[in-house]
Amino acid sequence: MSSTLTEIYTKEVIDFDKDKEVEKISNRLREILRNKLHRRGLVIAMSGGIDSSVCAALSVAALGKNKVFGMLLPEQDSSSDSSKRGDLLAKHLGIECVVHDIAPALSAIGCYEWRDEAIKKVFPEYGEGWKNKIVISGGLEGQVNHFRLVVQTPDGEMKEDRLPLKEYLQIVAATNHKQRIRKTMEYFHADRLNYAVVGTPNRLEYDQGFFVKNGDGSADVKPIAHLYKTQVYALAKHLGLPDEICSAIPTTDTYSLSQGQDEFYFSLPYQQMDMALWAHNHKIATSELAEALNIDEAHAAFVYNDIETKRRTTQYLHAKAVLIEDIAEL
Amino acid sequence: MSLEEQIRGYVLENYLFTDDQSALNSADSFLEKGILDSTGILEVIYFIEDEFNVKVEDDEMIPENLDSVNQIVAYIGKKQGS
Repeated sequence: MSSTLTEIYTKEVIDFDKDKEVEKISNRLREILRNKLHRRGLVIAMSGGIDSSVCAALSVAALGKNKVFGMLLPEQDSSSDSSKRGDLLAKHLGIECVVHDIAPALSAIGCYEWRDEAIKKVFPEYGEGWKNKIVISGGLEGQVNHFRLVVQTPDGEMKEDRLPLKEYLQIVAATNHKQRIRKTMEYFHADRLNYAVVGTPNRLEYDQGFFVKNGDGSADVKPIAHLYKTQVYALAKHLGLPDEICSAIPTTDTYSLSQGQDEFYFSLPYQQMDMALWAHNHKIATSELAEALNIDEAHAAFVYNDIETKRRTTQYLHAKAVLIEDIAEL
Repeated sequence: MSLEEQIRGYVLENYLFTDDQSALNSADSFLEKGILDSTGILEVIYFIEDEFNVKVEDDEMIPENLDSVNQIVAYIGKKQGS
């Protein structure tokens, strides 16, 4: 790795003052609840992943365990490890936590049926006992980013084919129900308790639009949206979260086959993506990034370009509904 | 209707919501002008495959083939001629 970039990045991003950061976030959470949201506590859905776990721990640091309401919201494609880690975290933090299996609700609105119908257009033999995931392809080879469908037969055989646009959109639309139903449940409890809902994106996800609009993207407060994922892992250790959580490999936990975030969305694993995003934000030359990450310069240039493209194309996910005219009184 | 007119008509109607021919130059880069994003390009590929019975191979899904009306016209011409 290049000494200069790596050294600066380590100093600025890795070696940040964690006590100070926890204190800053805790103070802001209390201030936001008191002055902006006027709510008495926080609701947080816990996936067992690093981001929601750190958000839950920060919520407890800010308000105490009695003002934080945890939720585990598994469905039929969730990994059992996720629920186990979520349960472990709730016990570790000592917060009240409910488990609500959202699979029946998802079935009732046709989530699985719509998804499977689209999958069967590509693999007609797909059915009971098969698993699936979507992977991104093309960008690094200079092609237009497109998507491939990967399935596993009940015998364990893997098959892969290009996903036509209509079927891709239908699968994503169907699986987005998962994040949206979860958010409906979170707001039910938030309304019931007069609490606010915590959103759990890290900086990489927030900046690059890796969330479902009106799903996991919806929340009242997002405590770690300014922190790189590397920093979130560091805070998890600093806050003393269980090892199983600190060492969990990030997945989307949305498809029945394990899907890494870098397979579906980002062009590099998160540690490298964090550095690339930081370097791009600090106008570091592609040659320096390439050297630091041990990739060629064309790849580094693609990553910078992809960061900009994702910022541009996901603006609408962040946007409120657009009005024809501004309402001056609001 | 010529191939160019068909492609232009499709882009004008579906992405620019107009029939004003001056809104699009056939050499305009869809990506640079913000007319299409990557999903938009995938829609164009679907349109080409559906409308012109052309199979766009993975290694042909490059901006050089798909990023303007002129490039698409040339690409389809090449595919249909081959």
